Amino acid sequence: MTTLAKPEEAAADRGGSSSSPFLSVRDLSVRFSTEDGVVRAVDNLSFSVEPGTTLGIVGESGSGKSVTNLAVLGLHNPDSTEITGSIRLAGQELVGAPVRELEKLRGNTMAMIFQDPLTALSPFHTIGKQIGETYRKHTGASKKEARDRAIEMLTKVGIPQPTTRVDDYPHQFSGGMRQRAMIAMSLVCNPKLVIADEPTTALDVTVQAQILDLLKDLQQEMGTAIILITHDLGVVAKTAQDIMVMYAGRAVERGTVREVLKNPQHPYTWGLLSSMPSLTGPVDIPLRPVRGTPPSLINLPTGCPFNPRCDHREQVVGGKCTTERPPLAPETGHATACHLSVGQKQSIFIDQIQPRLG
Amino acid sequence: MSNELTLDKPSATPATGEPLLQLSGVKKHFPVMDGLLFKRQVGAVHAVDGIDLDVHANESVGLVGESGCGKSTLGRVVTRLLEPTDGKLTYAGQDITHASRKQLAPIRSEIQMIFQDPYSSLNPRHTVGAIIGAPMEINGINPKGGVQNRVQELLETVGLNPEHYNRFPHEFSGGQRQRIGVARALSLSPKLIVADEPVSALDVSIQAQVVNLLQQLQKDLGIAFLFIAHDLSIVRHFSQRVAVMYLGKIVEIADRKSLYESPRHPYTHALLSAVPEADPDDVRERIRLVGDVPSPINPPTGCRFRTRCWKAQDKCATEEPPLVQLSGNLDGHLTACHFPEDGSTAVPEPRAAKEL
Ligand SMILES: Nc1ncnc2c1ncn2[C@@H]1O[C@H](COP(=O)(O)OP(=O)(O)O)[C@@H](O)[C@H]1O
Ligand SMILES: Nc1ncnc2c1ncn2[C@@H]1O[C@H](COP(=O)(O)OP(=O)(O)O)[C@@H](O)[C@H]1O
Ligand code: SF4
Ligand SMILES: [Mg+2]
Ligand SMILES: [Mg+2]
Repeated sequence: MTTLAKPEEAAADRGGSSSSPFLSVRDLSVRFSTEDGVVRAVDNLSFSVEPGTTLGIVGESGSGKSVTNLAVLGLHNPDSTEITGSIRLAGQELVGAPVRELEKLRGNTMAMIFQDPLTALSPFHTIGKQIGETYRKHTGASKKEARDRAIEMLTKVGIPQPTTRVDDYPHQFSGGMRQRAMIAMSLVCNPKLVIADEPTTALDVTVQAQILDLLKDLQQEMGTAIILITHDLGVVAKTAQDIMVMYAGRAVERGTVREVLKNPQHPYTWGLLSSMPSLTGPVDIPLRPVRGTPPSLINLPTGCPFNPRCDHREQVVGGKCTTERPPLAPETGHATACHLSVGQKQSIFIDQIQPRLG
Repeated sequence: MSNELTLDKPSATPATGEPLLQLSGVKKHFPVMDGLLFKRQVGAVHAVDGIDLDVHANESVGLVGESGCGKSTLGRVVTRLLEPTDGKLTYAGQDITHASRKQLAPIRSEIQMIFQDPYSSLNPRHTVGAIIGAPMEINGINPKGGVQNRVQELLETVGLNPEHYNRFPHEFSGGQRQRIGVARALSLSPKLIVADEPVSALDVSIQAQVVNLLQQLQKDLGIAFLFIAHDLSIVRHFSQRVAVMYLGKIVEIADRKSLYESPRHPYTHALLSAVPEADPDDVRERIRLVGDVPSPINPPTGCRFRTRCWKAQDKCATEEPPLVQLSGNLDGHLTACHFPEDGSTAVPEPRAAKEL
């Protein structure tokens, strides 16, 4: 196996030390030209991920999670997509990199796990063949070596009787097993970065727990950096070290899992947490969802994009919420994009939000 | 919600104390056919396989379990979209197990269904007004003030703009479409709503909005719910009693406090322990279930959970555990297990289920 950074080094790296991070996304914007106008799907987004750690990206559908990660993988159609900013993977700039260069990186250095394994697996080829082909493409291994490698990977992801199941077709696998097979395919070349887009959303909790365990074990073994996209804050709490909360194509809160879940400071994060019933919370009071619906990305509200749904904008002096876009601040560590003062955020959280989270 | 909710239809009421809906030994098997030219039955999917369940007026009963365990099939049997293979289905004191379309007509309006997918369950070519008004048209019901008036009233009830009755489903967001589905279900003033994963396809904040709406309707209109979902936290929030299904059977049923705080069935316990909570301090240990749910075509003998159960012994393979009240359980807390958990939510030893 190739040498990879150990998780401890990675942890020491987080929090804005001067050495450049493994994956560094700076001021990324992704825009689509459509008949209705320009969709600003991702707007000025910055984040980084270190080897051996997991960044959880959360947010409601349409908030730009998948678009962000397709940009990292270089999978957008260049004719209708405008990508600006910088995406550096191990020092190499990916924005504007040649298509062939990106193709070489995909599957090898970086890999993707999708929500629906059937979009990644072909129904016409055996599982073993598909895993083996990915391996051969990037390593030039022989057919025999590729098959052995496929069996090794199926064993690793916990498929029973891997030497016979390697010759099965995807439809012969259960949903959970297909997800495992896709993970085996994604990891066959020991990628250094894995992007998992809602990998467990379609699965039952019991199977979800198995898959998340698997990803964690493999990460520990191989030192992989993982971006886990999900709308489930529970999944993030169980798997990630860092969280980025996205709203309307922007990061509204960022920090460690503990910072964001135990001491959330952005009104949207408050809304997400108050929307979710827990296994132990009070049952006879209504949930407190965020009002309204997400904005159109063609016609974003001026100022803070969350302002039409925010319960706290009246508390900001000078009506800045509707006129001025709040930056994600501070630069490093636990940060939010909101005009409320630090003191206001803390006291609203303590007095109003925390009591109802139970 | 500020506007008044109206129920304007008199109907059969069960005698006091009697359940609104009663299932006893209800089964639904789907034939498995083979042969190219001459089809013959070679087996059956035991989708629902002997369910006893009561739902009382005003009550919400939750139904949870992994996908494929028969929740939707049971919901469809209750609404009589499917006819049971065996057992008895009683609604408001009437046996409706095999009732014909015609016999069902008077109660059809009282039992309504809300589906998971707000996209496919609404006809894209019909206006919202036509969709919500359809059950009234079909049942020949002409409400005071006319159908359109009633539709607008319903739109307002579910928090949509009454002016929008002429719009088409694609003009609404996912949460709004689910509200349209709710309005349609309310149009005939039902007594019982079977909600099959009504919020599973929605984002958390929209999910919470719809859950609040349903809860408000349940309180204001006194509608009973059979609330099907795989999200255990939402079911707990919405239902006073909860039943856990596994491979076509109820393995445990209880008031929500007992079920979530002192589950006795190993499967209930395992399911609860797998729910990820959004709390970094949540240190509950997880019971790791290995393997997949077995096929409902050939369910395991004895206890169906035994192939994944870490407590299983010989008896579990030969004798089916009855669904009974164990000593120490509150009334109505029933468990089907030969070697039940002690009722604490601490993870038992040995933790991992046996390798198969
Ligand atoms: N190819 C495309 N052309 C136009 N709009 C797009 C395209 N891909 C995504 N979008 C829009 O960008 C926004 C963000 O989408 P996405 O990243 O998929 O959200 P999510 O957070 O649910 O993954 C959405 O409004 C979506 O409709
Ligand atoms: N019309 C049908 N014909 C044959 N099998 C069916 C049919 N409907 C459901 N099933 C099977 O019955 C079982 C229970 O399905 P379902 O009630 O949809 O479960 P759930 O809603 O709990 O996921 C599954 O094995 C499913 O494949
Ligand atoms: S009856 Fe036996 S197999 Fe079934 S759950 Fe109980 S202990 Fe497990
Ligand atoms: Mg997405
Ligand atoms: Mg179902």
